Amino acid sequence: MRHIISLLMENEAGALSRVAGLFSARGYNIESLTVAPTEDPTLSRMTLVTVDSDDVVEQITKQLNKLIEVVKVVDLSDGVHIERELMLIKVRAVDRDREEIKRLVDIFRGRIIDVTDKSYTIELTGTSSKLDAFLNTIERSTILETVRTGASGIGRGERILKA
Amino acid sequence: MNTELTGAEITIRCLQEQGVDYIFGYPGGAVLFIYDELFKQDKVKHVLVRHEQAAVHAADGYARSSNKVGVALVTSGPGVTNAITGIATAYMDSIPLVIISGQVPTYAIGLDAFQEVDTVGITRPCVKHNFLVKDIAELATTIKKAFYIASTGRPGPVLVDIPKDVSQQKTGFSYPESVAMRSYNPITKGHSGQIRKAAQLILDAKRPMVYAGGGVILSDAALQLTELVRMLGFPCTNTLMGLGGFPATDKHSVGMLGMHGTYEANMAMQHCDVLIAIGARFDDRVIGNPKHFFNEERKIIHIDIDPSSISKRVKVDIPIVGSVSDVLDELIKLLHAHKGKPDQVALKTWWAQIDLWRARDCLKYDRASAIIKPQMVVEKLYQVTEGNAFITSDVGQHQMWAAQFYKFDKPRRWINSGGLGTMGFGLPAAMGVQFANPKELVACITGEASIQMCIQELSTCKQYGLPLKIVNLNNRYMGMVRQWQEFFHGNRYAESYMNALPDFVKLAESYGHVGMKIEQPSDIEGALKEAFGLKDRLVFMDFITDQTENVFPMVPGGKGLSEMILV
Repeated sequence: MRHIISLLMENEAGALSRVAGLFSARGYNIESLTVAPTEDPTLSRMTLVTVDSDDVVEQITKQLNKLIEVVKVVDLSDGVHIERELMLIKVRAVDRDREEIKRLVDIFRGRIIDVTDKSYTIELTGTSSKLDAFLNTIERSTILETVRTGASGIGRGERILKA
Repeated sequence: MNTELTGAEITIRCLQEQGVDYIFGYPGGAVLFIYDELFKQDKVKHVLVRHEQAAVHAADGYARSSNKVGVALVTSGPGVTNAITGIATAYMDSIPLVIISGQVPTYAIGLDAFQEVDTVGITRPCVKHNFLVKDIAELATTIKKAFYIASTGRPGPVLVDIPKDVSQQKTGFSYPESVAMRSYNPITKGHSGQIRKAAQLILDAKRPMVYAGGGVILSDAALQLTELVRMLGFPCTNTLMGLGGFPATDKHSVGMLGMHGTYEANMAMQHCDVLIAIGARFDDRVIGNPKHFFNEERKIIHIDIDPSSISKRVKVDIPIVGSVSDVLDELIKLLHAHKGKPDQVALKTWWAQIDLWRARDCLKYDRASAIIKPQMVVEKLYQVTEGNAFITSDVGQHQMWAAQFYKFDKPRRWINSGGLGTMGFGLPAAMGVQFANPKELVACITGEASIQMCIQELSTCKQYGLPLKIVNLNNRYMGMVRQWQEFFHGNRYAESYMNALPDFVKLAESYGHVGMKIEQPSDIEGALKEAFGLKDRLVFMDFITDQTENVFPMVPGGKGLSEMILV
């Protein structure tokens, strides 16, 4: 099953490599990983997406907790949560395609943020599966380039991850 | 008003403040300032080894036998890479160490400088934590943190990498009394609700079994474990790492379990209905194939300080996260207060079954053999030392025979590399043990293959006058490799034969020690007595043993605990 794990860790050099090293050393798979400092600059928040059995994910959270610089770990998939990912996608947009693509972007509530006479650059946010859906909808051959941030997540309502 | 100290002075002052009496190390370019400060004082005594691997093993042996943090000091680059085997050994067995390594100056880091290696990167997978100190202002706190992290929670090695320029710069010094880290707060007390549940399950048991590991030793909980087992009248088995955590000569002891555990321990483990796992981690050498282990139904209580050790290989029913000694204290109190007792009739039947398994006499060997049987050497060593020696071992058959035949009644007397299985561990570890316990008998049980991996330390032993007794079980084979090749590889002894062995007697003598070669079973006892009579000399006893002797019982890899090969 797909799990989205959020963690707070000391914002120190090498902290990221401890997490990445843990995953490679123990053979866990990482689907995506995002990291940036929080409003408290001494803390970084990381979001990890992994697909594995519940037993393995339990080990992953325990092993993450064991890292000395990790302050808190939560498996967001244990409860209701919101998840967003940002994708930038550059497509070839000429002739009749220009209108067609514009309509699709509207349907997905994306934005066109750069235009040339031959291309659009589109910004799209949503769950990872929504971004997948968009990619499956537009004509493959028109895609010139994509870049995705990986998922970030936050608990719904009163559910808070704080140091 | 604080006077300013250099980073090197601060490093040594921190060690003094921590009460460190010995450090084990080897000098080099990046640690010259630190060595210069060591030279100017005499509180922290430095032991010069002959290879950095040995420095870490010696610090490790020191820590295991004393329950203090072991400290090693190595230089950058090859100093660190040589130390890795020692660090990984300590990491696998959760031994508290602080390793101080020199690093090239901060301005040279990343420029492929002479003797530069990414120490923090290269050691990351085999330390509990590590630090690179780039700012001298953080040096003292970092060293304090290193000792704190190494010795609390599940212990482990912590490395502090100090660039040369940091050891040279100056700043004011004050050693912090304590450290608080928001990201590191190890649990000690167990959850009382869980402990109550455990007590109830224990009282309901019909075929109980206590399975105790290295956590009992690390947590200094041997007394509590002994009290618990005797109070309940339950059988108790110890892992390789847990030997001495419960007295081997006690009637409740069924010996070691696992791949080379006793028949009775493995059978009882497989067939119990309530298993109380204490500071042990169900590893592959202990329970064999987990699927087979679960062919029998049983309830499991698991006490461990490390949450990630719980339900890692085996699902348990009552997990208790906490330090073994705290949890056992509380459990014993609860059981004392409780009026009920386990079902004595069921327990009697269970013991009758265990005694039947015991009667299989799984450790028997040919005592009338004309060639020296390695088991007999260990048995005689046990008798001659009256079970009071500190025993270190290397890795292989001799290690298993030592574990099977030397009856450890006290904790911290059995020092071996259980997790990583590091050949070359025994001799340097014995040095550390002797430094920590200068008045005690220290023997290293080894083989002709393992001993050669750190043989250079005979020179260190000479320098410091360490009166170690080396028991070399010399079968001219890498015995455990040979045994597997015999059983599983059609008797094809690929590269496991050692010819061109040195004359160990002459070798010992050339290092300034006493060498003995023993070839007759009738000479074993006399030789041991003579060797232990030489109280201030290192004696290297080269026992020429049966080349084809195997370690039994044996649970082959991938098999279940009750599927032992027996003699």
